[in-house]
Amino acid sequence: MDKLKIKTEKLNAWFYDKQVLFDIDMNVYENKVTAIIGPSGCGKSTFIRNFNRMHETVPGAKADGKIILDGKDIFNKKYDAVDLRRDVGMVFQKPTPFPTMTVYDNVAAGIKLYSRNSHSKLDEIVERSLRQAALWDEVRDVLNQPGMSLSGGQQQRLCIARALAIQPKVILLDEPCSALDPISTAKIEELIHELKKDYTIVMVTHNMQQAARVADYTAFFLLGEMVEFDITTKIFTNPSDKRTEDYITGRFG
Amino acid sequence: MKNKGDVWFKRITFLFASSIPFLLFILVFILLQKSLPAIVEFGPGFVFGTVWDPLADKFSALPFIYGTMISSLIALAIAVPLGMGCAIYLSEVSQSKFKEYIAVMVELLAAIPSVVYGLWGIFVLGPWLVKIIPGMTYGTCMLTGGVILAIMILPTITAISREVFQAVPYNLRESAMALGATKWECFKLAIFGPATSGIIGAIILGLGRALGETMAVTMVIGNRPKISASLFAPAYTLASVIANEFAEATSDLNLSALIELALILLVITILINGVARLLVWKTTLKYNPR
Ligand SMILES: Nc1ncnc2c1ncn2[C@@H]1O[C@H](COP(=O)(O)OP(=O)(O)O)[C@@H](O)[C@H]1O
Ligand SMILES: [Mg+2]
Repeated sequence: MDKLKIKTEKLNAWFYDKQVLFDIDMNVYENKVTAIIGPSGCGKSTFIRNFNRMHETVPGAKADGKIILDGKDIFNKKYDAVDLRRDVGMVFQKPTPFPTMTVYDNVAAGIKLYSRNSHSKLDEIVERSLRQAALWDEVRDVLNQPGMSLSGGQQQRLCIARALAIQPKVILLDEPCSALDPISTAKIEELIHELKKDYTIVMVTHNMQQAARVADYTAFFLLGEMVEFDITTKIFTNPSDKRTEDYITGRFG
Repeated sequence: MKNKGDVWFKRITFLFASSIPFLLFILVFILLQKSLPAIVEFGPGFVFGTVWDPLADKFSALPFIYGTMISSLIALAIAVPLGMGCAIYLSEVSQSKFKEYIAVMVELLAAIPSVVYGLWGIFVLGPWLVKIIPGMTYGTCMLTGGVILAIMILPTITAISREVFQAVPYNLRESAMALGATKWECFKLAIFGPATSGIIGAIILGLGRALGETMAVTMVIGNRPKISASLFAPAYTLASVIANEFAEATSDLNLSALIELALILLVITILINGVARLLVWKTTLKYNPR
């Protein structure tokens, strides 16, 4: 049986008075890829942005319920958001390298916040992270070039390397490929497959084929509710809910 | 086939656009022409000499250049940290309504007429500085001039820095936060870098205003054309001496010397703006290579 990593219990979320998530109970398993699918605006981003408490940084945002990570409730006021974000890394839809930093400095940016490292230690961490992000061979000769000079797909992998450098336990990916071409997308999917050996991955996608290709578990969201959560093959071949079936067969959304 | 209206549109806008270099050219030309007698009389020594004596018809510019530069530097030394701090608070730290009031007050500072600052400087700031700073005996001196200038350029530096910070895409802040950055670290990581050229721009605009500011400084700086190492001694600026003496210049040479001072002020401002542009251009080029 897969080991439980994160459990949400009756998770609700609001922007001002508008409730956008309703009583979500869901499990995320260790060293697995969990995909969140559903039509645009159904609350996928809001949901995963609660896992690292980025949701609460938005004006008017509120949440209640529980998210248990490794046995601890992350909404507990004693749990510092800064510590949480060390454990739960995130990569966004659009690649966001820090524009004035080199490739090297982008990867090192996170670690420098937490600890002083010797140059050689830093070099080592940067190389390891770039290798894990399957980018090392492409950038080893341009480490001192601006991160922005890379292609879109490379920039997104740079952002993944930046998140990996601080060695989180969980990585959140919010539609990481939606701004990329098919070749870059394929590379990132391959990468996600490799990464799950060391990390637990939660990814939002509105590309159902992508979920089917890379995810072990899939959750289907609709209008702020989780309609169905199951093993990916089950969701795509034999869904228990009529609405899931309608969605994956393309009858709406 | 070219559209006729388009051709005229192009011609007319070209005319408007070219009137700007033309105006600048005329301005410099007239200043040069009118200051020619002084240039011929004193040569390059005018810039480096320290005597300004209208009765003896002896003129030189260094005390005024010194007064202008030092008072402006004092202003920057005070206004840059203050203005940046204020802008960071307004743009990055505060989420309360209170910040809107502060922002409005900062804008109000910019709307106060120069002569009002001058009066306030004479009657309030000067005496107050004398009271709190040991060794300072006159209220009208270089330091008071610098402090008044600092207050006057504070709105410029604050407002522009704030705009620049807010122009940095929100997703960069989120990226920094997602790495576990605190607000201050978030500023260092995600905002300061992209904002650098804009911050330089804000500082230079402030400096430009300080260099050319006339009324308030004239009222509080003491108006004595002597170079003194002490910030507590009276001083004189290029803009102040021109404003003070132009109407009562004793001789043609005096007038010509004042106009040469104006020329020098113009050259300093253009040089500083040029350097600033270069810096901004270099940073943008470096970070946006394509
Ligand atoms: N910053 C915000 N302020 C107010 N409402 C928001 C904000 N972000 C998202 N929403 C609303 O919350 C709902 C869920 O959005 P989101 O989680 O981004 O959906 P998804 O990622 O599935 O497209 C939408 O109705 C959206 O309009
Ligand atoms: Mg989304």
